[in-house]
Amino acid sequence: MSAQITPPLPIPLLPVPLLSVKDIHKTYGGRIGCTDVSFDLYPGEVMGIVGESGSGKSTLLNCMAGHIPTDSGQVLFDTRDRGLIDTLTMSEPERRMLARTDWAFVHQHARDGLRMSVSAGGNVGERLMAVGARHYGDIRAQAVDWLGRVEIDEDRMDDRPSAFSGGMQQRLQIARNLVTGPRLVFMDEPTGGLDVSVQARLLDLLRGLVREMGLSAIIVTHDLAVVRLLADRLMVMKSGHVVETGLTDQVLDDPQHAYTQLLVSSVLQV
Amino acid sequence: MSDYNFAYLDEQTKRMIRRAILKGIAIPGYQVPFASREMPMPYGWGTGGVQVTAACLTPEDTLKVIDQGADDTTNAVSIRKFFEKTAEIAVTEKTGDATVIQTRHRIPEEPLGEGQILVYQVPIPEPLRFLEPRETETRKMHALEEYGLMHVKLYEDIARHGHIATSYAYPVKVEGRYVMDPSPIPKFDNPKMEMAAIQLFGAGREQRIYAVPPYTKVVSLDFEDHPFDPSKADHPCDLCGAEHTYLDEVIIDDAGGRMFVCSDTDYCAGRQAKGHRGRLSPTEEAAQ
Ligand SMILES: Nc1ncnc2c1ncn2[C@@H]1O[C@H](COP(=O)(O)OP(=O)(O)OP(=O)(O)O)[C@@H](O)[C@H]1O
Ligand SMILES: [Mg+2]
Ligand SMILES: [Zn+2]
Repeated sequence: MSAQITPPLPIPLLPVPLLSVKDIHKTYGGRIGCTDVSFDLYPGEVMGIVGESGSGKSTLLNCMAGHIPTDSGQVLFDTRDRGLIDTLTMSEPERRMLARTDWAFVHQHARDGLRMSVSAGGNVGERLMAVGARHYGDIRAQAVDWLGRVEIDEDRMDDRPSAFSGGMQQRLQIARNLVTGPRLVFMDEPTGGLDVSVQARLLDLLRGLVREMGLSAIIVTHDLAVVRLLADRLMVMKSGHVVETGLTDQVLDDPQHAYTQLLVSSVLQV
Repeated sequence: MSDYNFAYLDEQTKRMIRRAILKGIAIPGYQVPFASREMPMPYGWGTGGVQVTAACLTPEDTLKVIDQGADDTTNAVSIRKFFEKTAEIAVTEKTGDATVIQTRHRIPEEPLGEGQILVYQVPIPEPLRFLEPRETETRKMHALEEYGLMHVKLYEDIARHGHIATSYAYPVKVEGRYVMDPSPIPKFDNPKMEMAAIQLFGAGREQRIYAVPPYTKVVSLDFEDHPFDPSKADHPCDLCGAEHTYLDEVIIDDAGGRMFVCSDTDYCAGRQAKGHRGRLSPTEEAAQ
C-alpha cells in the first residue's frame, strides 16, 4: 500500500511584518493620549505619523518604543531568534537589549539622546561597546566612518557635543543610533527645532541613509515636507485617533478625511 | 573599662553591618546598602571603613591602619587611636602581625594571607557614576550586566590622552560578574586584589558595603589593543632598593632634588632592617 502523495498547496508568500501594532490604548489620568491604533510595518518601510500638536504622535511612539507604559494593546516585533514577540510584555532585560541592538530612537532634542559629557566618538562608540566591542582601534574606525556619513569632520570626533551646533548634534545623534545597524528606527520630530536651512540638509541626509541602508523607520512629525520626502506610508492622527492612513502621496494629494484636507491645505497656504 | 560598647558601635548595629558584609561576600562585587551610622569623625575620614572594621573586630584582633601606605598620617593615627580606645585591641604597624588592616589608598606590598581582613575606606562606591548619575539607572545596569558604559569611560581616556589615563580607582570586574570600584588605590595595586585575605569595602556617606572573598577573580577592564598596564615607576626605592613596589616621590631640597621611596613604610622599613639598601640610604655603604 503506498500512500498517495499530494503535492502541497502553494501557500501565498505573505511577508512577515517587522512590527505589528495592535489596538494601542493609552490614557493620561482618564484623558486619551492615543487610542485604537493598529498597523503593520514591513521591512524597509518608512511610516510617517502626522497630526497637529497634542494629537498623540509622541504618545504613540513612546508606547511603541516601550518608553512609557501602555494601558492595553500589543507591539509585536519580529525578533531575530523568536519571531514575532510582544515587546510590551517582554522581560525588561530583553527589551533593554532590543533597545540597544535592533532598535534605535532619535529624540527631537539631541541632548535627550546624547551623552553631553562624552566626546562625539564616544557617543557613537557607546552602542558598539554596549554589545561587546572591545577593540579601541576598531571602535574608533567605525566612529570615524559614521561621523563621515553624517557629515561630521573626523577632526571634531574628540569634541563634546556641547561644542556642536544644533544640526550637528542631531546628526551625531543619528550616527550614534545607526552605528549598530538597527532594524527599526523610531524618530520623534528629527528635524524639529532646527533652522529651516539646517532642516533641509538633515532631511537630505536622512533620505540618503534611509535609501542606502534600506531602513525601516517610524517618523513622527508635524512637518508634511518631512513625510513627503521620507515616508512610504502615512498615518494621520487627531485627538489620539488615527483618522486616515495610506500611501504618502495618495494621502497628501488626495486626502479623504476632512481633517487631513485641512492639514494639507493649511500647509499649502504657508 | 571604657565608656563605650566594644568597638564603639552597639551590638545591634554591628549585627546589621555583619549581615551586609556576609551578603557582600556571598555576592562578590555587589554593593550592599546598609544603614550607615554617625561616627565621631567626619565622612571624609573613612566612616564606612571604620564601621566595617568595628563590625569585624574581636578582642583578640590586632589592628593595623594605613593611609597612603603609611601608618603615621593623621588619618591613620586617629583611626588606630579610636579603636585602641573603644575596643582596647592590640595594634601594630607590621602587616604580617595584623589580623585586620584598615586602609585608604593602598594595598600593603607584603602578600596578605588567609585569616587576614583588609578593610578599604571608599568615598564613591559606584563605578558607573562618572557617566550615569541616576542611581536607579546604575542599579539596573548592574542587575542586567550592562557595562558598556564602563568602556566608554576608558575610550574617553584613550581619545583624550592616547592611553588609559585612569590611574586610581581603576574599574575591575569581579568573578566575571559585577563591575566594581576598588576605591582610590593606584592601579598598580589592582593585580594584588586576587589574594588570600578577605577584602571588605565600606562607603559611609553612600551607605554601601561590598566585598571580594579570598581567591576571587578580579580583572581590570581594558581594550584588546590597550591592555591593562599596572605601570610601575622605573626607579628602585631610594631607601631599600626594591624594584617591585609602589613609590612615592619626595622632594628633598630646594634645588628640586627628589627621591623615590616605597609608599608602604612598613614594607620599606622591613627591607632596610634586613639589610637592603637604596641609592640614598643613610648608611655609608649603598647597595651597588
Ligand atoms: N505626560 C503626560 N501627562 C499627561 N498628559 C499628557 C502627557 N503627555 C502627553 N499628554 C497629553 O496627551 C495628548 C497627546 O500628546 P502628545 O505629546 O502625544 O502629542 P503630539 O502629537 O506628540 O504633540 P506635539 O506635536 O506637540 O509633540 C495631549 O493631550 C497631551 O496634553
Ligand atoms: Mg510630540
Ligand atoms: Zn623601599
